[in-house]
Amino acid sequence: MSHLDAIPLWAAILIALLLVAGSSLVLIGSIGLVRLGSFYERIHAPTLGTSWGAGGVVLASMLTFSILGGRPVLHELIIALFITITMPVTLMLLGRAALYRDRAEKATDEPPKRV
Amino acid sequence: MTKLIPHPLLSLTLLLVWLLLTRFSLGQLVLGSAVALVAGGAMSTLEPEKTRLRRPLLLPGYVLRILRDVLVSNYDVARQIVTNAPRRPGFVEIPMELQDRNALALLAIIFTAMPGTAWIEYDRARSVLTLHAFDLDGQQDWPGFIKQRYEKPLLEILG
Amino acid sequence: MSAQILVVALTFAQIALGLALGCAAYRCLRGPRAQDRVVGLDTLYVNAMLLLVTSGIRTGGSFFFEATLVIGMLGFVATVALAKFLMRGEVIE
Repeated sequence: MSHLDAIPLWAAILIALLLVAGSSLVLIGSIGLVRLGSFYERIHAPTLGTSWGAGGVVLASMLTFSILGGRPVLHELIIALFITITMPVTLMLLGRAALYRDRAEKATDEPPKRV
Repeated sequence: MTKLIPHPLLSLTLLLVWLLLTRFSLGQLVLGSAVALVAGGAMSTLEPEKTRLRRPLLLPGYVLRILRDVLVSNYDVARQIVTNAPRRPGFVEIPMELQDRNALALLAIIFTAMPGTAWIEYDRARSVLTLHAFDLDGQQDWPGFIKQRYEKPLLEILG
Repeated sequence: MSAQILVVALTFAQIALGLALGCAAYRCLRGPRAQDRVVGLDTLYVNAMLLLVTSGIRTGGSFFFEATLVIGMLGFVATVALAKFLMRGEVIE
């Protein structure tokens, strides 16, 4: 192998753990997206992947490039920041859109109260 | 000072992001500072509502607590999705004391980022917040829990 | 030794993220309603971003970072526009 051999064992184990944990969270969240019954439940599922799921993968990447480069490489932080800030915004907008549509169509399964 | 740098936090964040995206050097520092100052000036023409932090030192503790809570909530929701355990999803209505728009936006991001809760709607006229909870049985007293754990510290920070 | 551990972990992560991408695509194609499709799309692009990050670790290249950011920006704007569209029926009012 080429560049991955340059990483010391302790760091490799740490990176591997972060990668496995992060990607498992993303996978579970996406399975939830398929499995859960109603829209308002499904809106919870992607946040699994976008909070600590993305955090784990991005931390692993930061660690790898920092060790390979011999200096702290932090630009992956921007990806993590971007995901954790934009995902709630889109999900919140989608939640409100769904609420608006449910009220307009007077959906029976999820009747949100309106005063 | 306030004339020259109308939004110090925004400019500082922009400068940090600029330095993260490029390699750190003196030239990039100067260029990044210029961009950050111009962007801060451009922001002030939009006249956003200003929020004053009375006790900013409490902020790091709050952020750490939220990161921890998100982790715990991640674990709970992941377990519930995998085991398919019986649970009771539903809406919760919470009367809020917090009025500041920026703080409410922050709370919206926090609640949506937390897998167990989702921000659905905030009624400004009644100042009532509607949340969707993944499992209503996860907490005994939802309004009390939310107010005590997330709203009260924010009110303290804003003073 | 460390390379072997990393290759196993990277393969696992890429398979998991690929499956997650498939799950999101399923929700995006199946619906049942428009908002479900948009949530599917939202998850899809975030999963694609993370898949690119893992590819970046595997190859050690830095091109993936820019690609990830571009996907993120476009995906965010697309989802916000779609959510706005679902609410009002028009994007620009």
